Amino acid sequence: MIALTTPLKTKDILSLNAGDNVMLSGTIFTARDKAHLFLLAEDFPAVQNGIIYHAGPIIKNREVISAGPTTSARLNPYTPKLIEKYGIKAIIGKGGMNQSVVDALRGKAVYFSAVGGLGVIYAKAMKFKNVYKEEFGMPEAIWEFEVKDFPVIVAIDSKGKRLYDETLEKSKKEFLRLV
Amino acid sequence: MNLKEKIIELIRKTADELPADVIAGMEKAEREEDNPVAKEILGKLLLNVKEAKGEKKPMCQDTGTPFFYVRYPREYAQKELTAIINQAIDEATEKIPLRPNAVDCLSGKNIGNKAVIHFEETDSADAKLEIDLLLKGGGSENVSIIYSLPNTELKAGRDLEGVRKCILDAVFKAQGKACPPYIIGVALGGNYESVAGASKKQLLRKLDDKNPVTELDELERKVLKEINELGIGPMGLGGKTTALGVKIFAGTRHPASYFVGISISCWGLRRQSLTIKN
Repeated sequence: MIALTTPLKTKDILSLNAGDNVMLSGTIFTARDKAHLFLLAEDFPAVQNGIIYHAGPIIKNREVISAGPTTSARLNPYTPKLIEKYGIKAIIGKGGMNQSVVDALRGKAVYFSAVGGLGVIYAKAMKFKNVYKEEFGMPEAIWEFEVKDFPVIVAIDSKGKRLYDETLEKSKKEFLRLV
Repeated sequence: MNLKEKIIELIRKTADELPADVIAGMEKAEREEDNPVAKEILGKLLLNVKEAKGEKKPMCQDTGTPFFYVRYPREYAQKELTAIINQAIDEATEKIPLRPNAVDCLSGKNIGNKAVIHFEETDSADAKLEIDLLLKGGGSENVSIIYSLPNTELKAGRDLEGVRKCILDAVFKAQGKACPPYIIGVALGGNYESVAGASKKQLLRKLDDKNPVTELDELERKVLKEINELGIGPMGLGGKTTALGVKIFAGTRHPASYFVGISISCWGLRRQSLTIKN
C-alpha cells in the first residue's frame, strides 16, 4: 500500500505502476460531462495540478451521503485537453479510458480506478470543502472534497500500462471462441 | 402510514438495501472467486451493502431512474396513483435523499427525479395493489442494447443460437464499464419499443428462480456459464465473476422482425416490492 498526499509530485506519479494500491489524502475535485466542457471553455485555476474525480455524489446539507465513481469512458473526448490545460496529475474513475488518454497521461499523470458501487464507503473518506457551478445540478456540479485514505488502484500508469488491457485481450479470445 | 408514505418507504428500502437473492449471489461469487483482486472487490461491495443498510444511506450515489411496475385492482385509478407516486418521488428525493437524476435535454437543467410508471389493471378476487420498484443507474442503461436478427457481423441467425451470440456480444462490449458482475435481462420478439421494456422487466425475477420454459432455462444457464468464461470480472479487472444471472423472456414477433432486447444491470440490482391488501 502506497500513501500519497496532495499536491502530488511528479516523481511520485512516475514511480507508480499499474496494479499498485494507493491511499489518497488531500484535495480532489469532481467533474463530469458538463464540468469538463466548462473547464475547457473557461479558466478555473483551483484545479491546476490537481486531481479530478469522475463522480456525481449525493450531498445533503454539506454531508457526503454516497459518492462512488461514474463511468470514465464518457469523458475520453475531453480528457487529453484537460490534462494539457491544467497539468492534471491524477484522474479517479471507473472502467478505464481509451488510448488517447493513455497517451496524454504518459510521463506526467496517472489514472486511478475506484470501485463502482462503494458509495457509502467512499463517502466516509470524504469531507465537503466547496462547491462550484451548482447550477449544473447536484450530479454535475464541481465538488471540492478533502479526502483521507481514499483507496484506489493504479489502472493506467504514466508509462502507458493499462490494467484493463490484459482482461480485454483474454475476453476477446474467449469471445471469439464462444461465438 | 398512508399510501404515499408507504411508497416513500419502498423507495428508501430499494435505494439502501440490496435484495436477499442478489446478496446471496454476490456471497456465492465471493466464496468461489479465485482471482485475489476480484475476491477483494466482491468483499468490499458486500461490506458497502451492509454499511448502507445499517446507516440507511443509498448504497450507490446513482440512485438511478425509478421504474415502477404497478398492478392495481379497479378500486384504484391510474391518474390518482400517478399523482401519489410522483409526490412520493419528490419527497423521497429530499428525505432519503435520492440524487436528482432528471436533466432536460434542451435546457440542460436538472429538474429533480422523474419516475417511469407501468400500469396493469388486475381482476383478481383478492384485489390487492402490488408495486415493484426498480432503481436502475445510468451506466448500466448506457450498455443496454437492442439487436435485430439476423446479424451478419456476429453470424447470428433467427434462433436461440443467434440470441446466445447477441448476449455474449453485449457483455463483451460492455467490458467493465457498467459495474460488473452484471445481471442480464433479455427479451425476444415484440417490436422495437416493447422488447426493451420486456427485457428490463426480466430484471425483476429472482436470481435463483427457474424459467418455466425448458429451452429458455437451458439457454439462461449455458450463456451465464459462457459469460463467466470471458474473464472480465468485477469492475473489468479480471476474474471468473462477470455475471450473476441471465433471465430470458420470449414473446411473439412480426414475421419480418426478430428483436433481441438486452437490459444490463450493474451488480447493485436494486428492486423491492410493496403489496397492499384491501
